[in-house]
Amino acid sequence: MEISVISLLIGVAIAAAIIVSLLPARRPELPIPVGLLLSLIPVAIAGWMFWEFESSAGIQFAEFLTIYEPWGIAWNVGVDGLSMPMVLITTILVPVSIGASSSISDRPRLFVTMILLLEAATLGVFVALDLIVFYVFFEFVLVPMTFLIGIWGSENRIYAAVKFFLYTAFGSLLMLGGIIALVLTASAGGVPSFAWQDLVGLGLPESTQLWLFAAFGIAFAIKVPLVPVHTWLPDAHVQAPTAGSVLLAGVLLKMGTYGLLRFNVILFPEAAVQAVPVMATLAVIGIVYGAAVAIVQPDLKKLVAYSSISHLGFIVLGIFALTGAGLEGAVIQNVNHAITTGALFLLVGMLYERRHTKLIADYGGVAKNAPILAGMFLFMSLASIGVPGLNGFVGEFLVLVGAGRTLPVWTVIAATGVILAAIYLLWAYQRVFTGEPDKEENKTIKDLHFGEIALFVPLVALVLVLGLYPNVLLEKITPTTDAILEHLEATTDYEVPDTIELTPIGEVEQDHG
Amino acid sequence: MDQLVTFAEQWIWLVIALPLAGFVFNHFLGSRLPEPLAGVIATLASGSAFVVALVAALPWIDGGRHGVTVELWDWMPSIGAEFEILWDPLSIAMTLLVTGVGTLIHLYSVGYMHGDGRFSRYFTYLNLFATSMLILVLANNFAMVFLGWEAVGMCSYLLISFWYTKPVAAEAGKKAFVVNRIGDFGFILGLVAVFAFFGTMSFDEVLVEPGAVLDQNWATAIGIAFLVAAIGKSAQIPLYVWLPDAMAGPTPASALIHAATMVTAGVYLIARSAAIFDLSETALMAVATVGALTALWAAIIAMGQNDIKGVLAYSTISQLGYMVVGVGSAAFTAGIFHLITHGVFKALLFLGAGSVIHSMGDEQDMRKMGGLLKKMPVTGWTMAVATLAIAGIPPLAGFWSKDEILSAAFNRGGYYQFIWALGIITAVLTAFYMTRWFVLVFLGEPRWDSDAHPHESPGVMTLPLVLLAVGAAVIGVINTPWRLGFEHFLEPSFESIHLQHAAEGTIAWVIAGIATIGAIAGVAFGYLTYRNRERKERFERGASRLLSGAERGFGVDGFYGKRVVAPLAATAEASARFDSKVVDGAVNGLAALVAKAGTALQPLQSGFVRSYGVGLVAGTLVLVVWFVMRGV
Repeated sequence: MEISVISLLIGVAIAAAIIVSLLPARRPELPIPVGLLLSLIPVAIAGWMFWEFESSAGIQFAEFLTIYEPWGIAWNVGVDGLSMPMVLITTILVPVSIGASSSISDRPRLFVTMILLLEAATLGVFVALDLIVFYVFFEFVLVPMTFLIGIWGSENRIYAAVKFFLYTAFGSLLMLGGIIALVLTASAGGVPSFAWQDLVGLGLPESTQLWLFAAFGIAFAIKVPLVPVHTWLPDAHVQAPTAGSVLLAGVLLKMGTYGLLRFNVILFPEAAVQAVPVMATLAVIGIVYGAAVAIVQPDLKKLVAYSSISHLGFIVLGIFALTGAGLEGAVIQNVNHAITTGALFLLVGMLYERRHTKLIADYGGVAKNAPILAGMFLFMSLASIGVPGLNGFVGEFLVLVGAGRTLPVWTVIAATGVILAAIYLLWAYQRVFTGEPDKEENKTIKDLHFGEIALFVPLVALVLVLGLYPNVLLEKITPTTDAILEHLEATTDYEVPDTIELTPIGEVEQDHG
Repeated sequence: MDQLVTFAEQWIWLVIALPLAGFVFNHFLGSRLPEPLAGVIATLASGSAFVVALVAALPWIDGGRHGVTVELWDWMPSIGAEFEILWDPLSIAMTLLVTGVGTLIHLYSVGYMHGDGRFSRYFTYLNLFATSMLILVLANNFAMVFLGWEAVGMCSYLLISFWYTKPVAAEAGKKAFVVNRIGDFGFILGLVAVFAFFGTMSFDEVLVEPGAVLDQNWATAIGIAFLVAAIGKSAQIPLYVWLPDAMAGPTPASALIHAATMVTAGVYLIARSAAIFDLSETALMAVATVGALTALWAAIIAMGQNDIKGVLAYSTISQLGYMVVGVGSAAFTAGIFHLITHGVFKALLFLGAGSVIHSMGDEQDMRKMGGLLKKMPVTGWTMAVATLAIAGIPPLAGFWSKDEILSAAFNRGGYYQFIWALGIITAVLTAFYMTRWFVLVFLGEPRWDSDAHPHESPGVMTLPLVLLAVGAAVIGVINTPWRLGFEHFLEPSFESIHLQHAAEGTIAWVIAGIATIGAIAGVAFGYLTYRNRERKERFERGASRLLSGAERGFGVDGFYGKRVVAPLAATAEASARFDSKVVDGAVNGLAALVAKAGTALQPLQSGFVRSYGVGLVAGTLVLVVWFVMRGV
């Protein structure tokens, strides 16, 4: 029997979790390095998949294994241009997160097990094409993350964990209702199928689409999160341990934007076209509002958390721009934000380990004694701000030029986000790192050590590669995003605008001449 | 010649790659090298780029040859943004300035930064800057210009806050970046519009015949958007406030970035987009107006500055205003000509100021200088040349380029003659405040602090001064009314554009005469006033309100702080309070309400997980029933 690579990928992550959980309890130094090594295997598998992944639309590495035929549920998985980048970046962030957790002394075995389970679940979310399988993974992600926050978090961890759980569980509940309703409608009394492939292009009536769009959309909006259902995020981030924050920002939020594309736009195209003004408005509010709130946060981790809200707003704007550049930008920004914000959370965690505070006011002059830490923070900040040549620019720029054709007013407002991003990140950098270290504790702060620097090597490399040669990803994304637009044009009245036509000056002159 | 064209096509990427290699090398190894070596390597990296550029430029020097493009690799293909080099007269001129003046500044820095704890770090930034600036000027599409544009901004940030333990420097760096971002906002919107109408960022398609795509309103709109970008980068009204603060960085970095090259990027952008501006008289007039007002305003402020670099900073803003007037008068070649000559003499002025600061033990207050010509003859005499060059005294460089701009503005007629008049007033003021600067620093009685021991700077610093002084004296001859060599050279870059030419015949002589008389009057008045203590005091008493206002920059920074920054900060604070009190408060209130209801309805509460399970099932059922009943 042929071993299918996606099952292997998820199986390895689960197996790694089991192996770590079986490590002897009296050897607390083992789980981190063992978990780190084991988590490199999924990187290799995902890397191989990415290498083999063809630049064409359609599902690749598909597997189909019937689970329960009467209900049409199957182990139906595969990747396309939307999910392949997310699968790869998920596997890359896991070893980084585990490597950044060497300071975890409380039950490290359980901690690493939870992270590996989280990896398996999130990979499942991105590869699942059966809606029940998707839903199970989507829900299951909550469990390890809630434990990560609730057990290894800071002072207010229980509050944050419960809030995180309830908020997102509420959303998924709506989605489950939507899934069942969708499949019942689609099967119309016949044999139901939860296969995504079977649910594309059903031609559901517009009102039906709108209701289902809302049911899925609210679940994903909470995950993204969009304003005003975002308030779980700052609490979860501030309380979560570093590894939790990295994966939360890097991977979990992307389940929301990914879901919007995979389900809301593709399954309910008519509704998606209708919903553009609403979604674009929420996205732009997120961009500006998230950034404005970020500026004045006294807590560095909360600042980065709010910056995520702003960046994710760009992704949603890109999706609902419904243009080639917009969609490409949204998908690649999923990856880029995972890298830069993940790295910023790592750095905040490293500062916290040194000084046991996240308050910006407690710092000052850190660069003098920790120049590498400062330089890394600045580098990742600039990448996050969207300085071209680094990765953050590519996604945001594609989103803006893509949205310019269909949503000009929203685009103008969204573009102010680039000013605000410079303000909150550089001001934070200024207060934390520059000046003379005036507080005693900051005078003895230690710079990054070798092991910490090593964690950043893959991230820095990705920032540069995706900044200077994003085509390595774009060429694999574009066929899929183009196919989505074709699908939209085929199933709705929507037409992707070509360049906007004006009455050119040249013609006017000719008329007069 | 054909072989040289092939050479250019094959090797021009080296112009970007060589400084980049210097950056990478010093980034990883620089701090382990003995001190001058990192600087020498950086200088060689920049210098070799200059040599390559010079050789590659040879086929174009005689003029009349079109540019070539060299594609390097795909960047964002779906929007027509590749890594692609355009080697045409305009980019050649910019490249030679950046690498030529840049190399001399690298060399000078080896002496200036001697003994600094982060010597090699400084040179990595300098090389990275050169790389970025060359990307900017060599780009063949707007996205790549924007790449260089932002990257030079980043290097500027790093160099302004180079001495980051000084809060002033750290603040100035951030301020520069943020204010520039306001300009970038305009740039981005311009690019969004370009893409919306042209479907690509490539110059090959956008700039060949934009009149076949754009209508009048959008040509104006894109022009204004690019003007906003230029206002940020080239420090024009109302965004010029970052540039004076940027002087907190090392002086040679100021010379390179905040005088000779980066700040001219806005002028370059407008010149490069000439085909779009050519479609909109409104956009051109807006450009010229901003330039003329900035030139005058900054010149007035420069008269009251007491910091040796402060005068030069405002002077740079003012001179950038001239360049903007040039391109705003559709005299694109004249604007670029002034960009080049100014690059030479302003770099020289800054390096001279650096030489003075260096020898005075980091003193920058001109009231504590005086009489330095005797102690520092090379610095002093080269500064004399630079002062006369910027003042517009013939036959030095500044005269030719400034005259070209003013003459073109006058010749354009109508409203532009008003612009010309502002330019003439500015020219007189320029001659005056630069003479004041020179006299206060180099002539008269010493007013040094007792512990100052001024001395001439080492050869590694004075050599660049001498070379630049020669340049400041003679570079004007590349474009004189009798032989418009530079204009002819640039023309292939502006082929389809209605270029505004300077006046000819008698009028040309009259205009040049007025400018010259104005310049001489300014120099004479400045010299006579500041050379004599009594007259100086009398003048300062008489003009005290103007001068003290100018010294404070007329409180513009304070005004922005109160009227722009403070309200924005208050809005941000209010948003944060709203977020935690109202939005999150509502969520927590709802949760509390549900919990209460739950307790009331279910006295035998069985724990969190179970009630979640029940809720999940019950809620789902309700939803499904509801959806199905709605006939979904």
